[in-house]
Amino acid sequence: AMEGGPSARIREGDCAVLKRDEVFKAVSVLRRRKIIFEKQWFYLDNAIGHIYGTTFEVTSGGNLQPKQEVEETTTETKEAGTDNRNIVDDGKSQKLTHDDIKALKDKGIKGQEIVQQLIENSTTFRDKTEFAQDKYIKKKKKKYEAVITIVKPSTRILSTMYYAREPGKINHLRYDTLAQMLTLGNIHAGNKMIVMETCAGLVLGAVMERMGGYGSIIQMYPGGGPVRAATSCFGFPKPFFDNLHEFPLSKVQSLLSGTFTTETLPADPEDNALVEEESNGLSEEKQTSLQETEEEPTTEAAMEINATEEQDTMDINAEDVEFKEKKENKENVREKQIKQWERRKKLIEAAALLREKNADGLIVASKFHPTPLLLSLLEFVAPSRPFVVYCQYKEPLLECYTKLRERGGVINLKLSETWLRNYQVLPDRSHPKLTMSGGGGYLLSGITVVLDKGKSDSSNSEALKMEEPSSKRCKLQDLPC
Amino acid sequence: MSFVEYGDTIKDGDTAIVFLGHESMFPVKVQHGTVTQTKYGVIRHSTDLIGKKYGSKVTCSKGGWVFILHPTPELWTMNLPHRTQILYSTDISIITMMLELKPGSIVCESGTGSGSLSHALIRTVAPTGHLYTVEFHQQRAEKAREEFREHGVEHLVTVTNQDVCKNGFGVSNIADAVFLDIPSPWEAIGHAKSALKAEGGRICSFSPCIEQVQRTCLAMEEYGFTEINTLEILLRVYNVRTISLQIPDLGKAAEDNSSTGFDSSDPSHQGSLCANLQQGAVQFKSGVPLREVVGHTGYLTFATKS
Repeated sequence: AMEGGPSARIREGDCAVLKRDEVFKAVSVLRRRKIIFEKQWFYLDNAIGHIYGTTFEVTSGGNLQPKQEVEETTTETKEAGTDNRNIVDDGKSQKLTHDDIKALKDKGIKGQEIVQQLIENSTTFRDKTEFAQDKYIKKKKKKYEAVITIVKPSTRILSTMYYAREPGKINHLRYDTLAQMLTLGNIHAGNKMIVMETCAGLVLGAVMERMGGYGSIIQMYPGGGPVRAATSCFGFPKPFFDNLHEFPLSKVQSLLSGTFTTETLPADPEDNALVEEESNGLSEEKQTSLQETEEEPTTEAAMEINATEEQDTMDINAEDVEFKEKKENKENVREKQIKQWERRKKLIEAAALLREKNADGLIVASKFHPTPLLLSLLEFVAPSRPFVVYCQYKEPLLECYTKLRERGGVINLKLSETWLRNYQVLPDRSHPKLTMSGGGGYLLSGITVVLDKGKSDSSNSEALKMEEPSSKRCKLQDLPC
Repeated sequence: MSFVEYGDTIKDGDTAIVFLGHESMFPVKVQHGTVTQTKYGVIRHSTDLIGKKYGSKVTCSKGGWVFILHPTPELWTMNLPHRTQILYSTDISIITMMLELKPGSIVCESGTGSGSLSHALIRTVAPTGHLYTVEFHQQRAEKAREEFREHGVEHLVTVTNQDVCKNGFGVSNIADAVFLDIPSPWEAIGHAKSALKAEGGRICSFSPCIEQVQRTCLAMEEYGFTEINTLEILLRVYNVRTISLQIPDLGKAAEDNSSTGFDSSDPSHQGSLCANLQQGAVQFKSGVPLREVVGHTGYLTFATKS
């Protein structure tokens, strides 16, 4: 179930990630298609066939060219000042004008050359300290030497990219928080996982990567269908999707109460008696729809619209056309039926998997209030299994914690947050870069245990006694408000 | 049971976790005829454990009870016998993600230490990956081997007893990732590079001191590693408490509710906040930081061989 390692080559149609310094962008590798990244435009044609991880330079025509390793030019003995007491900012230290630089660029002169020229034409460069010279060169290189690395997507790269580019789409789930979830949830090959997320499919993709195609995942989704825009960026091999199921949240209550039914399947797809009730609210689109959709029209409605349109066209068209149209429509309807039949089959499969109530874990990361999700979805999890809930805010998790305590059947509840700090490490110049504390979100994690059904309806304080061994009883005084 | 595969029922030979409540637990090796003492009384393995479901409540001889949990690398980390300073799950999680580990990955690690990280790595790379772990302390290497056997993961790990700085990892050009937690990691960067696959891979080094990090970064640069990035991750845990704050008496009439600044009829207060004006206090739920938290474990330096 494994894909090729990092040595894999860039192929047409791949989803790849462009990297420039700390900035990432996911793109589809297509020929003759203009890509704009970090204020530069270029074509990916020349990258096809190269190994992932290759660094390219952008040439003047917008083509990519593998970067040659260059020896650092340390020609003359370095001259440098000791401090900046004699450096005056008169705005005239650079002898090259704006127009001169533009002319150099238009000539297609290499970025490296331009940087060299800027240094030579800077009157203050030699008086700067060695560190300041370093900094100057770094800054100019960043501006004029356009190098782009093409890397293979991974959870590390995609979660970093999403948090930087589109944090709103993933509920501000910072990548270190996602890393915690995968570990706290003991996500590994062979698990049967339940995932409920509204993070564009990023969390699902992360779970899929850790499971490597072994085991099964049931994705619970709100609305018309699961959003998997980020999932499709991972470029998982087809077999990874064989054991990926989805189940509508709107059917959870009926599944738990035992009223969830799926009428007997049509004996064969040709049967015209389509069961529309079950397909309500199911997405028409294929699994990896690239747009985020909130609610799609139900297939039932869509079919109706189609049917009336067909009527119209048939009335006004000539006979031969009519015949052709009829045939096409028949095929369309047939295709739709098959699709629908497949979907219903998958729905029944997912329902059966959930009914076993033996999932190996639950991961929740959504825009919804976590409490109702947890209270329902934990029913499907086996005892002695971890669960992790993400929330952008702390308060809903406080409530969730209290409600879970009342319900019982969970131990080792922990509300946590991680902070991440990046460092600049250079000789004599090491210090923290930027701290990221706010905005990474919060986690509530715990472990399921066998629930004493008879005692779950006892009063609040009673429930607490039941679930925590007597010696270490928690001194929580949750007064019902 | 094994550390890489869930089982439903407790079996003879399993390692199980006895959960006494609120962060207090210990591991136990399940064996027919054995008894385990807890403060709630005795647990008889043959009758109380074997054949029972993981996650069950077990009543001990004195009438108190405990939960028996299925082992996971995270629970093991919290309960293992320390032979060295260990890595905890917060660092482990970011290491696992930043090294891009997944089923099938080949990983090199040194030192093995108490095996806290090793168990998590094995869990992640199973069933088709492998961990090559190097420990220069003979007894520690032997103890780790024994634990891997007991936990049903020996086929996924090779323990080598040698000095990684002198002799490397004992493998070359096969690893997707290398992890170093040794006093002088800069001396092992060359060996790490040759252990990694020719086409590239990831490396991580853990050091408590910034001077170690500086030398390691220089060595990484020297050996042509790219994307060198140092970070630190900190965990904050919150206790969930209901807090009650008194309303000050400003000499206003008690029946003049609005003067307190709280509107008890406001529905938005229900659930999270309730003004109990009779008692002259307001209650709300809060996530209270622990009094003492871990401020620093170590710096994590990541890099790419490409």
